[in-house]
Amino acid sequence: MKLTLKIWRQKNAADKGGFATYVADHVSKDMSFLEMLDVLNDQLTEKGEDPVHFDHDCREGICGMCSLYINGKPHGPQQTTTCQLHMRSFSDGETITIEPWRAKAFPVVKDLVVNRSAFDRIIQAGGYVSVNTGGVPDANEIPIPKTVADLAMDAAQCIGCGACVAACKNASAMLFTSAKVSQLALLPQGQVERKTRAEKMVAQMDAEGFGACTNTGACEAECPKGISITNIARMNREYFSAVASSDNM
Amino acid sequence: MILDSKIPAGPLAEKWTKHKFSSKLVNPANKRKYDVIVVGTGLAGASAAASLAELGYNVKAFCFQDSPRRAHSIAAQGGINAAKNYQNDGDSIYRLFYDTIKGGDYRAREGNVYRLAEVSVKIIDQCVAQGVPFAREYGGLLANRSFGGAQVSRTFYARGQTGQQLLLGAYSALSRQVANGKVKLFPRTEMMDVVVIDGQAKGIVTRNLITGAVETHAAHAVLLCTGGYGNVFFLSTNAMGSNVTAAWRAHKRGAFFANPCFTQIHPTCIPVSGDHQSKLTLMSESLRNDGRVWVPATQEIAEKLRKGQIKANDIKEEDRDYFLERKYPSFGNLVPRDVASRNAKYVCDEGRGVNETGEAVFLDFRDAIKRDTRKIIEQKYGNLFDMYKQITGEDPYEMPMMIYPAVHYTMGGLWVDYNLMTTVPGLYALGEANFSEHGANRLGASALMQGLADGYFVIPYTVGDYLAQLAPTKVDENHPEFARAKEEVKQGIERLLKINGNKPVDYFHKRLGKIMWDKCGMARTEVGLKEAKADIQALKKEFWSNVKVLGTNEELNQTLEKANRVADFLELGELMVDDALNRNESCGGHFREEYQTPDGEALRDDENFAYVAAWKYLGEGKEEELVKEELVFENVKLTQRSYK
Amino acid sequence: MTWVTKTLNSTLGRKLIMALTGLFLILFLTGHVSGNLLLFKGDGGQAFNMYAKFMTTNPAVKLLSYLTYISVIGHIVYSIFLTQHNKSARPVSYSTSNGSSNSAWSSRNMGVLGTIILIFLVVHLQGFWAKMHWGEIPMVTYEGEEYKNLYLIVSEAFKQVWLVALYVVSMIFLGFHLSHGFASAFQTLGLNHKKYSPAIKAVGMVYCILVPALFAAMPLYIHFTSYTK
Repeated sequence: MKLTLKIWRQKNAADKGGFATYVADHVSKDMSFLEMLDVLNDQLTEKGEDPVHFDHDCREGICGMCSLYINGKPHGPQQTTTCQLHMRSFSDGETITIEPWRAKAFPVVKDLVVNRSAFDRIIQAGGYVSVNTGGVPDANEIPIPKTVADLAMDAAQCIGCGACVAACKNASAMLFTSAKVSQLALLPQGQVERKTRAEKMVAQMDAEGFGACTNTGACEAECPKGISITNIARMNREYFSAVASSDNM
Repeated sequence: MILDSKIPAGPLAEKWTKHKFSSKLVNPANKRKYDVIVVGTGLAGASAAASLAELGYNVKAFCFQDSPRRAHSIAAQGGINAAKNYQNDGDSIYRLFYDTIKGGDYRAREGNVYRLAEVSVKIIDQCVAQGVPFAREYGGLLANRSFGGAQVSRTFYARGQTGQQLLLGAYSALSRQVANGKVKLFPRTEMMDVVVIDGQAKGIVTRNLITGAVETHAAHAVLLCTGGYGNVFFLSTNAMGSNVTAAWRAHKRGAFFANPCFTQIHPTCIPVSGDHQSKLTLMSESLRNDGRVWVPATQEIAEKLRKGQIKANDIKEEDRDYFLERKYPSFGNLVPRDVASRNAKYVCDEGRGVNETGEAVFLDFRDAIKRDTRKIIEQKYGNLFDMYKQITGEDPYEMPMMIYPAVHYTMGGLWVDYNLMTTVPGLYALGEANFSEHGANRLGASALMQGLADGYFVIPYTVGDYLAQLAPTKVDENHPEFARAKEEVKQGIERLLKINGNKPVDYFHKRLGKIMWDKCGMARTEVGLKEAKADIQALKKEFWSNVKVLGTNEELNQTLEKANRVADFLELGELMVDDALNRNESCGGHFREEYQTPDGEALRDDENFAYVAAWKYLGEGKEEELVKEELVFENVKLTQRSYK
Repeated sequence: MTWVTKTLNSTLGRKLIMALTGLFLILFLTGHVSGNLLLFKGDGGQAFNMYAKFMTTNPAVKLLSYLTYISVIGHIVYSIFLTQHNKSARPVSYSTSNGSSNSAWSSRNMGVLGTIILIFLVVHLQGFWAKMHWGEIPMVTYEGEEYKNLYLIVSEAFKQVWLVALYVVSMIFLGFHLSHGFASAFQTLGLNHKKYSPAIKAVGMVYCILVPALFAAMPLYIHFTSYTK
């Protein structure tokens, strides 16, 4: 396969950046998208050009480090992570446009690499159960209905890649935030801090400059882990009932 | 020099309790006066950092990823073992201890392994309290499964993403301490060196991966929780960024490296598809519960298959060789990882491998689907089948899967004593980065257990014992050793940037990987290992004269990061070969072809090799010195593993 | 009252206001369309005129009408706030984007649809509502009581083809706006449940077709019946 790649290049956060066009020939259908970029980078290096920087690590769809906005979609045409996207999803002669995630809260670091530490700060605001190591009850002390545990697991599968933000026309982080709020609101262990958690995490999400949800459902459609927007509804519920009834002024 | 493992005397079951009691405590008011550095934020690192911060120490946590949540522990699929005996099927702490030490082919310490089994039960409690959504039964209690051929059901799991859920649990505990101000987080920061003052670890040198700034950090203790070194093989199931740099630099500063040749090859990985391959993907070995492993009975049929003249489903029953079932009638497809892997290699070496490359065997669900219906198989393995299809483009419900072994885990690592302290006082190694619990082979679902045991339940006690012996005064970062170590790191970076050769870093990494895989992989010989040593030395020389690292230090420079890591892999590779050459026996993941039973099984030599091989770095270009720690077995009887 | 302002300024609070005002306006539309069905009665507008008088004089209806004005204004003002905020959340936009693959057109263009509906609303209010309240309207007497003959105004107005066309087209836009807005409001309120959400979505789909269709039928009916008189 021979492909034309239109890739966003930006030296650093301060640089304005722009697109550069490369030709990738000898692309095999069995390559993953990132392997195709590896080959391009080796060619660029041999020519003495700076290789294209992009985030990636586990390359098995679970660490959430890879990103890339490919042909107008986060993680490209399939509902998967970019590292699990293979070149058989493209056809010979195609032009592929590759951009970084775009959001005020995800500033570009270099080329296709963005800073997603806003997500860490949202979790730090309350995405945990405040228990210290040791001194906890036996694991089987509180039975949890299987359906509840399964629902919590559905939400807990979020890999924090940020595709929801990238896909959302408002760059909203509600799917990410709601996945954690939901997981802990569903489980008995999360009840103690339930109200404060919802309030604090939403406040942090807003402080980071993410947009508001307009229920387009794009996040759910693009989420590589299939996190459902029912979680956003649950977060809304959690938040409204928390602000109405908590002691926090 | 004698290595003191500091295993407490006394009965096995009382060692840890006794040790905890005899450990010194730090006064609660003084805890805030001690600083601890934790490098790596996987299961071991995140759990250690969170637990130490909860106790009151000031923690600095470092990771090279953009967020601590992305450490490669996240990729573990299967589960975590714990001797809870919730299933009433005869499990106990002693049984978990026994299985682990036997599974490790008797190359681990009894005391350490027993402690691991002992604290395993507390890990599950801790994780549930954090909100980890483990699988449950309809009655609301925790579900268990039998894993990796274990005779009891002691594995806890969260779908096929147990590692992810446990890591996110530890990450949430860590995040809470960041919010509390007790942990300062340094993402996208790579550890480049350890600062040793008067023989004690007092800090580290780091490189900020965004700005390139080389900085020093002082602390009373340094914990390396930096994972394994499987990427020395280039292709492995590890993340692309997983590296040995932190452990290796510590090794060069005096920490012994133990059993480096003990690597685990996992049998059920998706085969290599071409030269472009960057990593290998593991599929849970639970697949072997229902899938049957086979290759064509003859070379001719395999040849036709490889050329695409026939399809797998065209091959008649009598022309299929279910080689694991044939050789191991009682365990069949469920033989341990090392045995399954080695036999796959044998049939491929005989020219009966499948796939275009000839390096794959079939894992066939045809009979299972016939027996249980497709729906049941879909429920059990749906996500794995989907993943397989995503990567290979083939539908495993219709065509047999193809699998091949791949490097998955490294049992070797920095030598540590019972306190998890390396041979450098104040420098600790936790999780996969140390060598201590798995011997020569790790059992399924034990890696997660060890990482969390070390971080949550061992290090909070043992580090306290060490800190209590230090004065509660700030470590002086103006000590000349800090400046010296920093300068050396800068020079190392400059040296790489100056070479300006012709070949990209991956060119060298791939060649190193091939040498290691061919000659220090699943089966090793003296001749092959000697060749490997010479090859690595030559490659290392070429690397330092012909690698091309573009750009500068003062920017995000992924090539420079990689070059830095590959430079260390080249040195480690040689030590692995030395270690494999030294160990004239076969045990666990280490199989020396010269040492096998008449029917081709691993032949251990307990008389001469029941020791930990710890290697001491003596300087650039010098052979490392072997220091032996004899393994003492007071409770278990050493037997030959048999799966016939 | 810091917690109130804090909540109303949060993204979720603003969404709450959009949802509540939107739902109220949906209620209003339901009432409006039901009452206006009297236009189809064929009694020369008597029932319609009596209804119009009731709607402009009854105190309870008055109260509801104030709520409607507040809802309209609140819906518009908060949509401006939210749009501003959402725009600022992505200062650099994508060069290529393929929104149609992951979301419905109407859901991505609620602002545009809303603006069109607002323009229509101005024309509509100025033509009928303002006239009814403050304009010169011929009177008509039924059973000894005087009524403003709004029906006359309406039937005269809809003799103009362009106005009928404007109404019909606007109702199509309203339909699209509602097609997303109806179910979306429930989602924002957190009312998402696997038992009820499919029903909410179904009702929403019926509503967004039926109500605008009925509204659009009114000018069409009046226009075409005017030729037969």
